[in-house]
Amino acid sequence: MPMNTQGRPTRMADNIATGGYAETTSGSKGLEQAEPLIYERGSAEQTGVDLPEPKCTPNRLGGLARQSELGLPGLSEPETMRHYVRLSRKNYAIDLGLYPLGSCTMKHNPRLNEKMARLPGFADVHPMQPASTVQGAYQVIGELAHWLMTLTGMPGVAMSPKAGAHGEFCGMMAIRAKLDADGQTHRRRVLVPESAHGTNPATAVQCGFTVDEIPADDTGRVDMEAFKAKLGDDVAGIMLTNPNTCGLFERDIREIADLIHEAGGYFYCDGANFNAIVGRVRPGDLGVDAMHINLHKTFSTPHGGGGPGSGPTVLSEALAPHAPVPYVVQNGNDWELVEHEADAAGEPFGRMAAFHGQMGMFTRALTYMMSHGSDGLKQVAEDAVLNANYIQARLKHVMTPAFDGVCMHEALFDDRFLEGTGVTTLDFAKAMIDEGYHPMTMYFPLVVHGAMLIEPTETESKSGLDRFIDVLEALSLAAKAGEKERFQAAPVHAPTKRLDETRAARQPVLRWTPSTDDELQAAE
Amino acid sequence: MRYLPHTDTDRKDMLDAIGVASIDDLFVDVPDAGRLDGLIDLPLKQGELQVERAMSAMSSKNVSASSVPFFVGAGAYKHHIPSTVDHLIQRSEFLTAYTPYQPEISQGTLQTLFEFQTQVAQLTGMDVANASMYDGSTACAEAVMMAARVTRRMKAVMAGNVHPHYVEASKTLAKYSDVEIEVTEPGLGGLETLINAIDDETACVVVQTPDVFGQLHDLRAISEAAHAKGALVIAAFTEVVSLGLIEAPGAMGADIAVGEGQSIGVGLNFGGPYVGLFACKDDRRFIRQMPGRLAGETVDADGRRGFVLTLSTREQHIRRDKATSNICTNAGLCSLAFTIHMTLLGEKGLKQMAVINHETACSLADALDGIDGVEVLNDAFFNEFAVRLPKNANEVVDALAKVGVLAGVPASRLFPGQFEDVLLVAATEINTDEDIAIFDKALRSVL
Repeated sequence: MPMNTQGRPTRMADNIATGGYAETTSGSKGLEQAEPLIYERGSAEQTGVDLPEPKCTPNRLGGLARQSELGLPGLSEPETMRHYVRLSRKNYAIDLGLYPLGSCTMKHNPRLNEKMARLPGFADVHPMQPASTVQGAYQVIGELAHWLMTLTGMPGVAMSPKAGAHGEFCGMMAIRAKLDADGQTHRRRVLVPESAHGTNPATAVQCGFTVDEIPADDTGRVDMEAFKAKLGDDVAGIMLTNPNTCGLFERDIREIADLIHEAGGYFYCDGANFNAIVGRVRPGDLGVDAMHINLHKTFSTPHGGGGPGSGPTVLSEALAPHAPVPYVVQNGNDWELVEHEADAAGEPFGRMAAFHGQMGMFTRALTYMMSHGSDGLKQVAEDAVLNANYIQARLKHVMTPAFDGVCMHEALFDDRFLEGTGVTTLDFAKAMIDEGYHPMTMYFPLVVHGAMLIEPTETESKSGLDRFIDVLEALSLAAKAGEKERFQAAPVHAPTKRLDETRAARQPVLRWTPSTDDELQAAE
Repeated sequence: MRYLPHTDTDRKDMLDAIGVASIDDLFVDVPDAGRLDGLIDLPLKQGELQVERAMSAMSSKNVSASSVPFFVGAGAYKHHIPSTVDHLIQRSEFLTAYTPYQPEISQGTLQTLFEFQTQVAQLTGMDVANASMYDGSTACAEAVMMAARVTRRMKAVMAGNVHPHYVEASKTLAKYSDVEIEVTEPGLGGLETLINAIDDETACVVVQTPDVFGQLHDLRAISEAAHAKGALVIAAFTEVVSLGLIEAPGAMGADIAVGEGQSIGVGLNFGGPYVGLFACKDDRRFIRQMPGRLAGETVDADGRRGFVLTLSTREQHIRRDKATSNICTNAGLCSLAFTIHMTLLGEKGLKQMAVINHETACSLADALDGIDGVEVLNDAFFNEFAVRLPKNANEVVDALAKVGVLAGVPASRLFPGQFEDVLLVAATEINTDEDIAIFDKALRSVL
């Protein structure tokens, strides 16, 4: 079949003959534009910036001028604009529709946050400016710290962690530092529920601990008998997500905290699901010693296609002295930055990264908190929980909730309702794409077979939820009616059909190379 | 509340559909200890206008880089960012998407990540790059741990002139592992002492060029020495623009290149968010030990090219306690900003920008060197250098801030108790001849 350089048929008859998906000569389809890589579009001579001509003065590079090739294509400004706008249209986004990715809290991202983060006094200040020139920046860090400590009922907070997993690292490092300072060097075992996020065990190991998994009971919560049996004098602590990854509140959380403390260990709480309880429950009242807060989840800073995040970590009285540098302190009307371990009042476990944390996320999160206030944040938690329960209640007759009873901010289903249909959780998720929805989190938590974890968040309207529920109901009925081919072929209405992930892993192509082009030419 | 769509009628209807009487019935699993009466003691909700006023009041207490002659660097640099960049990263489809777990509806993010990875590999002279780390310092720390896994050796040697925050972040990550980090004496000298510190137990040697003092280093001798002992070379950088003008780490024998990408597309943001760049040689041992996400090319069911996240068996969500790193969310939107700015620049623009940076720094060095008692300490630099002052650098910086010049970073702020008369000064394309003249005059007046 004659193909053009993009590997597409050059005559319409060819793809009609093959019975394939209706192809176009251009590869574009109406508003959906095909777009090659910049390496196939730009050139080394082209640029989208106008800079003054260099003066060509003698250099002081010490003979280290670059000899090796750069090979970076440039595009003019209009071409750049078009390239990235076209690519953007191949993404699903919160602003397009419901994004029910459980554990990720894909809520509306207010644009006031964006505007405030771009104020020159925040966006255009350097982290190493003299203290007298950045008092307002230190104040933002201090104010946000106050909100976070008050909302969680905790006496300390480390602001510098750069994402949730970095916050976990912060909390577990503080626990390790405290244990070592108290001579508890034999405590190296950390209890982690099987249902935990993968970051929990990975973090524990990064802090020199070993991981001991606790099974879930048949209500989706920590199996208390198994937990008690694992306590011992080598236990450093427990890492527990609450509400947990099954979307359930750990009813025995206070007892878990007391038991781990009696055993000489500490309680790390994974705060990924704080959105369910913000303004309504303070983790400090439940015996938590450390908890990270994902500002990009609960406090609406944009997820940005995978970051940046921000993971301030609140700490108990016992752990706060081990908080990392740097941190801000208020001295009368002035704010000061403590940058070095030697200047710290406590015994910091170290520094987590350069500079002082994700300032651009702090300004957004503080803007969000001030907008909601303590009353609005409580409403956030209540509406988030209401929405998830509404989905669960209205779908339980066609789908199978993994556990009985009410849920928190996430509704978890298993794949029992697909039994015998030939449709898998993956197929079901891909069919949702064809219906215009981003799928829920699939196959997580691991303790539930074929898990589908739906987190609608509080920013979805009732009518929006009703439409979503109708679609899931229709899909469930279609699966049960034997329409498995439709599911297995899905998606057919997305910018690509189902992508071959196995091939990507077996024959990794992690960058563009000129030979990719040559191969295409040769194919032609 | 303007972000919450439900009316009270909606809430009532939904509670009815669930079959409970009140919202409290959905929180039944919260134990008594966690139940609060009333609201938490914090301010109540406010309209946009009120919030904007409060935030602006805090913002206006800060002196922004664009408002004064500005020469602060030491790991973060002020550059001009084309307006197109900020417009594009605020496209809803980029801004409000998450990690591309469903590749069929995330090709925008995935293709830009593939472009980003290629750009980073090209810049550093490496074969592959990942989809970003939090920042340069954490990328450096992860590289040290990766080198230990690859070589199965537990000793890392870091040059004393690597940015101290990078050293501290690496020590923190290694603190409770089996990896020991040795740091050589800081200073502007060459890398000879580093060569002597390499032995048969050394997993890696970490060098930075331009280093924290702005001094440039040829990495070829150290690479040879390290490779002769079976150790890897990690080349760090804090100013990615330098790669438009000075030799790439990959061309000087480095095995892993890590650095800060903030200069391109991201902006100052008071230290974060930034974007960590992480690249290495194409060696199967390396790629399987890389931290972070990787976008890769594949085909869809019709055989057409598409992109997915790949090799995730290295990562925490699959490998859990055996993962190469605990990183999950990275610097997605900042890597997009980097890619767009780099696409606008292209090879031609980047080279030109780098030359202007260097020339501006040369003019500044000439001006400062002409002041009595002030001495430029570098014999080779890119856009940042160290000067010795006849006075305490901290005091000089504070005095200059009072007259509206942000002069640089006192080296003692990074090395407490050391280099008290040394100032780190950076110049970029934003600095005009007039800025330099004002700095020159102001510095004379406070010395």
